[in-house]
Amino acid sequence: MTGPGAAGAAPKGTEDGRPGPARRLLAWLMAALASVGRSSLHLLASVGQVAIYAGLTVTHMVRPPFYGREFLNALLTIGYFSLPVVGLTALFTGGALALQIYAGGARFSAEAVVPSIVAIGMVRELGPVLGGLMVAGRVAASIAAEIGTMKVTEQIDALVTLSTDPMKYLTVPRVLAATLALPVLVGVGDAIGILGGYLVGITTLDFNAAAYLKNTVDFLETWDVVSGLIKGAAFGFIVALMGCFHGMRSGRGARGVGRATIDAVVSASILILAANFLLTNLFFAA
Amino acid sequence: MIELRDIHKSFGSKHVLRGVDLHVEKGTSMVVIGGSGTGKSVTIRTVLGLVRPDRGQILVDGQDVTLADRDSFLARFGMLFQAGALFDSMPVWQNVAFRLLRGSLRRPREEARAIAIEKLRRVGLKPDVAELYPAELSGGMQKRVALARAIAAEPEIIFFDEPTAGLDPIMSGVINDLIREIVTDMGATTITITHDMTSVRTIADNVAMLHDGIIQWTGPVSRLDHSGNPYLDQFVHGRADGPIEAIR
Ligand SMILES: Nc1ncnc2c1ncn2[C@@H]1O[C@H](COP(=O)(O)OP(=O)(O)OP(=O)(O)O)[C@@H](O)[C@H]1O
Ligand SMILES: [Mg+2]
Repeated sequence: MTGPGAAGAAPKGTEDGRPGPARRLLAWLMAALASVGRSSLHLLASVGQVAIYAGLTVTHMVRPPFYGREFLNALLTIGYFSLPVVGLTALFTGGALALQIYAGGARFSAEAVVPSIVAIGMVRELGPVLGGLMVAGRVAASIAAEIGTMKVTEQIDALVTLSTDPMKYLTVPRVLAATLALPVLVGVGDAIGILGGYLVGITTLDFNAAAYLKNTVDFLETWDVVSGLIKGAAFGFIVALMGCFHGMRSGRGARGVGRATIDAVVSASILILAANFLLTNLFFAA
Repeated sequence: MIELRDIHKSFGSKHVLRGVDLHVEKGTSMVVIGGSGTGKSVTIRTVLGLVRPDRGQILVDGQDVTLADRDSFLARFGMLFQAGALFDSMPVWQNVAFRLLRGSLRRPREEARAIAIEKLRRVGLKPDVAELYPAELSGGMQKRVALARAIAAEPEIIFFDEPTAGLDPIMSGVINDLIREIVTDMGATTITITHDMTSVRTIADNVAMLHDGIIQWTGPVSRLDHSGNPYLDQFVHGRADGPIEAIR
């Protein structure tokens, strides 16, 4: 195909004017590297923006005006309406946990640890993390979609012209409500999760009901529970913050809102898992 | 008085405003006309600080808007957005009374509601609309609710972005008269954007024509028909041929 003049000149263009394979590969590599670099820079910039946004949110929380009605509304939608989701998640998780620990414990004749491990596992780790993730799916998405739509339809601009700061009116009530509601949700989830383990324990694993409960209570320390609730508060803050942040940054049109919703759920989930690791380290690392 | 000096604004590579100069005297009605997509909405958004100009200065009563206290500055303004921008999470009357339910202009709830219903009446809407949600209204009704919201707190300066777009001729007449009345009786300063020449003639004290990113012509409405400006002439008479290209 290649003419004699082009022999040994692979990086040059071929006769039909298209770049040769080597040059194309090089261009592709450069583009790939550039894209990696670009997204890294983009990520760093986003981290900075999120940090600034979080700081702003916190400072606005302590300065009037406060929008009580918005706060109560947010408390209802974020807290109360998330109860079924969080409760069901905890129930099944507690049950599965009991089965797993029983099976695992049987390998070294330690089936008796089921009640205490279920309780500790639920309140310290699975209650807050799974509760946080479920709420991230539900709440971060709905906040981002709602605020994103408001952005796209100029409702945010309208708020500004009506002398209302969107940060105070939209972000603060939601973030505050989620931060306060999540510990309660996690507490309820903990109890239901332990109940799930208990039900499996006394029905399929032949535990004595009274002994199961005694074991649960005896080995559970206050700090186990409290640390989980603190995690819950942190996750609530993250979920609502990500919903608001991505909603406010939403691009134009329905596509922009869709994108913002995905970004909110993904970033909230990842941040929850990262924050969980950091908090666990902080609370329990020897 | 509102004064725009040499306002420039680009979006990406698109140079929308290329040096807009505009003067609106206190208590007068300015109407801005110009082709679709020429930057009329962007122009009034810069005054409100919703869009930050790349260059230029905006003065309201001689004071640079970027230096003004934002809250007290915005408290003087009302704005009708081109697409209405009603809050879909609350009923119509709470939309209209939004300003009267919170902040420095706060009133008792019942009083705010009564004012909202009165403003709705002025834009030709019945009281039973008050309890509906914006999504339950027709496009033209939404526009009129948005108009009622813009005038509810009786601001000194009001911007109307296409107040009669999507309305029938009779309702357009009602709205045009209302805007005129707000200027003449209440002494408000207004900037109205419109494509409708009947509106221009009813509402305007002065007219400005925006094209290619600058104000091509400005003057009193009485000189609209013999301005001698080729851009304005083509626009006023709706001719396809002239200095303004049909595709832009
Ligand atoms: N936020 C934005 N991002 C990017 N481009 C924008 C933005 N806002 C406006 N533009 C562009 O600026 C130009 C002017 O828009 P503008 O809304 O001011 O037009 P207009 O004169 O009000 O038109 P119409 O009469 O159709 O409402 C348009 O080409 C639009 O694409
Ligand atoms: Mg416009």
